[in-house]
Amino acid sequence: MSLTDRQQLSYIASQAADARLNVELETEGMTLNIGPQHPATHGTLRIICRLDGEQVIWAEPSAGYMHRGYEKLTEVRTFPQVTTLVNRIDWLGSFANEVPFILAAEKLMEIEAPPRAQVIRTILFELSRIANVSLFLGDLGVQMGAVTPVFLAFRDREYVLNLIEGATGGRFHPNFDRIGGLKDDLPKGWIDETRQVVKKLMQFCDTIEDLLFGNEIFQSRMRGIGVIPADIAKDYGLSGPNLRASGVDWDLRRDQDLPLAWDKVDWKVWTHPDGDSWARCWIRLQETREACKIVEQLLDQIPAGPVMTKVPRIIKVPAGEAWVSTENPLGEMGYYVVSKGDLGPFRVKIRSASFNNISIVPWVLKGVYVPDVITILASLYFILGDIDR
Amino acid sequence: MGLVDKGRLPAPLTKLFNMSRSYSLWVYQWGLACCAIEMGAAFGSPRYDVMRLGVIPLPASPRQADFVCVSGTVTDKMAPAVKRLWEQMPEPKYAISMGSCANCGGPYWDSYSVTKGVDQILPVDIYVPGCPPRPEALLEGIVLLQQRIKNEDMAAKWRGDEFTTLQRTRAVEAGEVDRDGELIAETHSISEDPTPDARPEPIVVGGGPIE
Ligand code: SF4
Repeated sequence: MSLTDRQQLSYIASQAADARLNVELETEGMTLNIGPQHPATHGTLRIICRLDGEQVIWAEPSAGYMHRGYEKLTEVRTFPQVTTLVNRIDWLGSFANEVPFILAAEKLMEIEAPPRAQVIRTILFELSRIANVSLFLGDLGVQMGAVTPVFLAFRDREYVLNLIEGATGGRFHPNFDRIGGLKDDLPKGWIDETRQVVKKLMQFCDTIEDLLFGNEIFQSRMRGIGVIPADIAKDYGLSGPNLRASGVDWDLRRDQDLPLAWDKVDWKVWTHPDGDSWARCWIRLQETREACKIVEQLLDQIPAGPVMTKVPRIIKVPAGEAWVSTENPLGEMGYYVVSKGDLGPFRVKIRSASFNNISIVPWVLKGVYVPDVITILASLYFILGDIDR
Repeated sequence: MGLVDKGRLPAPLTKLFNMSRSYSLWVYQWGLACCAIEMGAAFGSPRYDVMRLGVIPLPASPRQADFVCVSGTVTDKMAPAVKRLWEQMPEPKYAISMGSCANCGGPYWDSYSVTKGVDQILPVDIYVPGCPPRPEALLEGIVLLQQRIKNEDMAAKWRGDEFTTLQRTRAVEAGEVDRDGELIAETHSISEDPTPDARPEPIVVGGGPIE
């Protein structure tokens, strides 16, 4: 059957129309700036995305909006003053920032805190982890338009902050750790109160699990989105829950031998094989529960004794170099302290978790859709002070 | 409002306007650093509940906001963005500076990258000192701001005068001081007036130094 001229002409015309339409529909690239002031960035992070239609083809975080110059400032402070500064790096779990620095200084001075101080340090460390991650769990809903969880989180976080305030005197930035021990002993009645609060926090975890993790919308926006395979995660230097969500069994609390009390209690390191956004959030939920368990067990094991060893009034740290890192709420946080025998450190290199955690953003955002950018950023969970320092 | 920009409103109308303005404030939050979390606790948590003061948090854009709460460290890289957001807000607008960093640089007073005080780039009405201030302190700052708005001469605010209280306007009309605040007559009523807006400027929560 041969085509008539008329049919051929109409075929050519329709092809031409299709081609024209394709040219018209061809989307133009667009650059989308997320931040520096955007609720989804938890502060002042700016992410420059190059879009093709709804898809991100290139993304780059632009850090530095919160750079406060910690490493330079530590050079002009004395050793006891540095804890005031490093408190403010990861501002949600402040106490956890002090511990590795103090441990590094103690390593150089070759002293060790008494056992009672070690246990109380661990308890406060885990409480600050709870304070940190509970806000993350609440904030997670807000990123997807659910506002209720954040009210729950703020309500239950207040209990933890009350405890931290009761023990240290500061709601937010305790500045409680000293070289050689702690500033003070626990107040009376604190242990009983902590037991009750830990129970409340366990309930909070259950509520969030029901409310958020069981929610179908939440699951469909989180599952299979932003998958990071284990080898890529290692290449980019991820640490903490982000790494464990990719299936790597790695936790500095268990793997390291520090003068803290994690080896005295029974707890579990959770991993998840999936490596997607859902896994990262789920790991953090389990970690809050584990932190509650650690605190609960340690409360029964606080030994008697002093909380401070003998240290000179004016602290001079002997010359040398020390590196101590711990498993902070956001991941591995460490300090490389160089001392020349003066009142203050000669140089401090701070390794904070979020800086490495967001280095994967260009890789993981490639090819995702714009609404998923927000959930992936939320699940990577960074804190701006921790990125820019 | 035609009445306002022409000059003075009748006193009862001023009072009515000021009252309604002070209890319907939309606050735009610039959470920049650690203080942002305490601000979140004040604005978003059931324990502090800022809405009972007539303040509504979370507007969609600075163009809808009546006052801004700058909380946290303003760095030199962030400062242009802060200024630009401030310029997007419609008049009349107010600013609360929360935390030592926004007041004067705080713990980073000798840092190379931190702006020592947000008042270098925008006019601050209330300073809330602390590192971080407790949410209660921020709430008191908001109450002080409401007192200030209640005692404001809207026409003076419209003209952009430096001093905008009603007492100042009365004193100017009585010929006691001129517009720049220079004393003309021997006595002037401001110092004798025990009303709250006779507080010395700047207004600092707690009344201490702003650090
Ligand atoms: S004043 Fe203190 S708490 Fe507030 S942003 Fe500055 S360092 Fe953080």
